[in-house]
Amino acid sequence: MTAPQVLFYGFGALAVVSALSMILNVRNTVAAAMSLVVTMISLGVIYLLLDAFLVAALQIMVYAGAIVVVFLFVVMLLNLRRDAFPPERQLATKAFGVALALGVLGAFLRRMPGVLPTARDLPADFGGYRAVGRALFLEYPLAFEVTSLLLLAAIVGAVVLAKRRLD
Amino acid sequence: MIPLEHVIGLSAILFAIGTIGAVTRRNLIVMLMSIELMLNAANLAFVGFSRAWAGDAGQIFVLMVIVVAAAEVAVGLGIVIALFRNRESVNVEDVSLLKW
Repeated sequence: MTAPQVLFYGFGALAVVSALSMILNVRNTVAAAMSLVVTMISLGVIYLLLDAFLVAALQIMVYAGAIVVVFLFVVMLLNLRRDAFPPERQLATKAFGVALALGVLGAFLRRMPGVLPTARDLPADFGGYRAVGRALFLEYPLAFEVTSLLLLAAIVGAVVLAKRRLD
Repeated sequence: MIPLEHVIGLSAILFAIGTIGAVTRRNLIVMLMSIELMLNAANLAFVGFSRAWAGDAGQIFVLMVIVVAAAEVAVGLGIVIALFRNRESVNVEDVSLLKW
């Protein structure tokens, strides 16, 4: 195995383990958020191995840097006690969730081999800010502009929702 | 060279873990984190296909998904805070008033 393959399988396993530890941690919400950070950073490394350099940088900055910090802020603002979530009882819901996920996963993995494309040769500056920026501003400017509308709506919505009183 | 099958397989596994978390957990904040995990799994699939086809479109999609995820977290956590202010809880069992 070459070095990129070793890194891919190592960080892939780390991402899966920390994702599992996030959803299985029923006691401590802060620890779950830290597990999420580990998953995000592992995925960032995998993006680097897949030649998506700009996306990897954004993954670290936006997900690991901004989104998880907002999660941690809210957890600490609400001051959730460690025993706020006693062990949950609904076995039927749990069994349904696990069966749903495993069913979808099994069907997907069974049909997948043989239908995926083989890798092509990459252009010189693939995945850098230059290539992605050119595609973003020349080929998909409408999506870029609509994004600003979405962010504006999210800002206004968050401010209104978190305001102390609606009067 | 990383096989595309394994990238997509890892993405599917992470998506399944996120589904389990979103369906089974009762803590609203962890449910939101699980949804973030599912969005990340989709991003991984986009990047894998973008690499295989040597095209930029997949990475543009990833940027859009990141924006949607950030907006979702802002609004979702705003709802969580409003909920906590009214109910002193982030357990979905305590806000099942509309449940049949």
